[in-house]
Amino acid sequence: MDITINILLTIATAATPLLIAAIGELVVERSGVLNLGVEGMMIMGAVGGFGASYLTGSPWIGLLAAIAMGAVFSLLFAVMTLSLATNQVATGLSLTLLGLGLSGMMGTSFVGQPGERLPNLDIPGLTSIPVVGRLLFGQDPIFYISIALTAAVMWFLFKTRTGLTLRSIGDSHTSAHALGIQVIRYRYLAVIFGGACAGLAGGHLSLVYTPQWVENMTAGRGWIALALVVFASWRPWRVLAGAYIFGAVWIGQLHAQAFGIPVPSQFLSSLPYLATVVVLVLISRNKRLTMMNTPASLGQPFVPDR
Amino acid sequence: MMRLELVKRPQRSGLFSALSPFIAFALTIVAGAIMFALLGVNPLTAFRIYFIEPVSQVWQLHELAIKAAPLILIAVGLSVCYKANIWNIGAEGQFILGGIVGSIIPVLFPQFESPLVLPLMLLLGMVGGAAYAAIPALLKTRFGTNEILTSLMLVYVAQLFLDWLVRGPWRDPQGHGFPQTIQFNDSAVLPELMPDAGRANWGFVFALVAAVLVWILMSRMLKGFEVRVLGSSPRAGRFAGFGLNRMVFFAFLLSGALAGLAGISEVSGAIGQLQPVISPGYGFTAIIVAFLGRLNPLGIVAAGLVLALTYLGGEAVQSALGISDKVARVFQGMLLFFVLGCDTLIHYRIRLIGLTLTKPESAAKLEAAPKLKEAR
Repeated sequence: MDITINILLTIATAATPLLIAAIGELVVERSGVLNLGVEGMMIMGAVGGFGASYLTGSPWIGLLAAIAMGAVFSLLFAVMTLSLATNQVATGLSLTLLGLGLSGMMGTSFVGQPGERLPNLDIPGLTSIPVVGRLLFGQDPIFYISIALTAAVMWFLFKTRTGLTLRSIGDSHTSAHALGIQVIRYRYLAVIFGGACAGLAGGHLSLVYTPQWVENMTAGRGWIALALVVFASWRPWRVLAGAYIFGAVWIGQLHAQAFGIPVPSQFLSSLPYLATVVVLVLISRNKRLTMMNTPASLGQPFVPDR
Repeated sequence: MMRLELVKRPQRSGLFSALSPFIAFALTIVAGAIMFALLGVNPLTAFRIYFIEPVSQVWQLHELAIKAAPLILIAVGLSVCYKANIWNIGAEGQFILGGIVGSIIPVLFPQFESPLVLPLMLLLGMVGGAAYAAIPALLKTRFGTNEILTSLMLVYVAQLFLDWLVRGPWRDPQGHGFPQTIQFNDSAVLPELMPDAGRANWGFVFALVAAVLVWILMSRMLKGFEVRVLGSSPRAGRFAGFGLNRMVFFAFLLSGALAGLAGISEVSGAIGQLQPVISPGYGFTAIIVAFLGRLNPLGIVAAGLVLALTYLGGEAVQSALGISDKVARVFQGMLLFFVLGCDTLIHYRIRLIGLTLTKPESAAKLEAAPKLKEAR
């Protein structure tokens, strides 16, 4: 029983950064912008979060720094693609390349330093309830943020007027503009929100998952988050399900390595990446589902006609 | 509040088309100076060490050529993809697979020594890279799967596969447990061009030949026209009878083969055996090279040399000033950012609303607009 709970807890820890980054990107893509820089924003969040926590001694300040770092870094992408109408694919790629380099440089002095982990929730009386206590009341704070974030985004996109406006921009920026909606302003806010989420996801890695700084510690999670959005056909609750499936794959291969299954560890390590490809193929085979849900103006630059 | 506004030019500006890489480079230098100053290093000293000292002697120019060769080879292939609006970003993986498949002969048949070995290796390298690139192409054409994500995911898989090979079945039994294959025999090593002057090998020649051939393909042949039409308007391409699926395969196989050739050239030339890591991110840096070279094969040759210099400079400042060699990555990233930003100037004029930096004609139009409204 205890083992099952522990495995569930580790799956949740592995799934949380994927979920947060993917939920952020989902909002960005719903507004019609494709930001391929998730990996870069995430690694910047990771280094910023660890750095602030290491320098101030408070992982909570680290948490805020991670969010701020992701948001500021995404602003770079926003200015380029929204104000200068650059190619979104190329700009997103360069954001990732720049983030990987910059984080490596900023983190040089943090390598090998011990970090402080964000404490798990501990509510007297509730956390010690057998079986469900630790699952519901004993996890790290970012886990709760990730669940609340998913619910909030779901409510925002489908139950509020602003959410409807955002989705309409994603489906046709020209029509939205003709209706007098400030397309660029909405998109700026969406991109920054996505950046803050990616930063928080990175912060989770360096403050909770493995509380230290390791170069390239995101290990492709930003790209998997991007794939999750496609896999979820732009629906928040499907992102939640997808993130936990991938968390399970990630943890499953680690456990398989620990148990000494006679398969080379490199093959097991490549499972999450192969799973991503397989899942993308399965979902894209269903053309109607993809066509119906893809924001119609996704990735197209928009220059308002005045 | 001040605001940026883009005004579409009636025609693309030839002036900015030529100037934009240079403006981008200048902006990168400025940003780099700020970065060095923040790190507490005199920018002038840093730039001398970064950009000038690594290319001040003949043998160093050979090192530059060694670094530039894979960048140019890969970027030339990628330029065809990007022109066709097909996003192969997994060249790093195709490079690795080229290195692996090309090494089959020297690793598994080390006794086989003949002038045939090298051509066979290069051919196998190209086949390996192309075959690996065929996977995202097949998934895209058959199932409509996004090629950006699949080609990238396969990079991680290729890296892990290489790691397994050199630690497992292909490890040199006499290698004292080091994760590497046997040293290639002489007939499997890519010869140096001028052994007396430096280490540069035939890989650089391959890069130049590939650039010229692709330039001819793109500017003088129907296939190049097809690439451009399908890239700028798939609909127009369909009416002209150009198949998009065929183009996806063509672009992926071509860029994969060139990345594979780069991979086996690197392994058999500069390294001489397989190791867990055979590329300092050439496949990703080549994306920057492709854009900095304006997706033009000849521009890519120049851009490849510039980016190769950023690698050498990174190593130089690390040893001379103790700055992380990641600074190279930062320079590369900034360069791409500025190139993309400057490219906007080719198609648009930039107007700052709230400032009087506007051109007279457009300013006049701006003033006239409210009057028109009043008149109505």
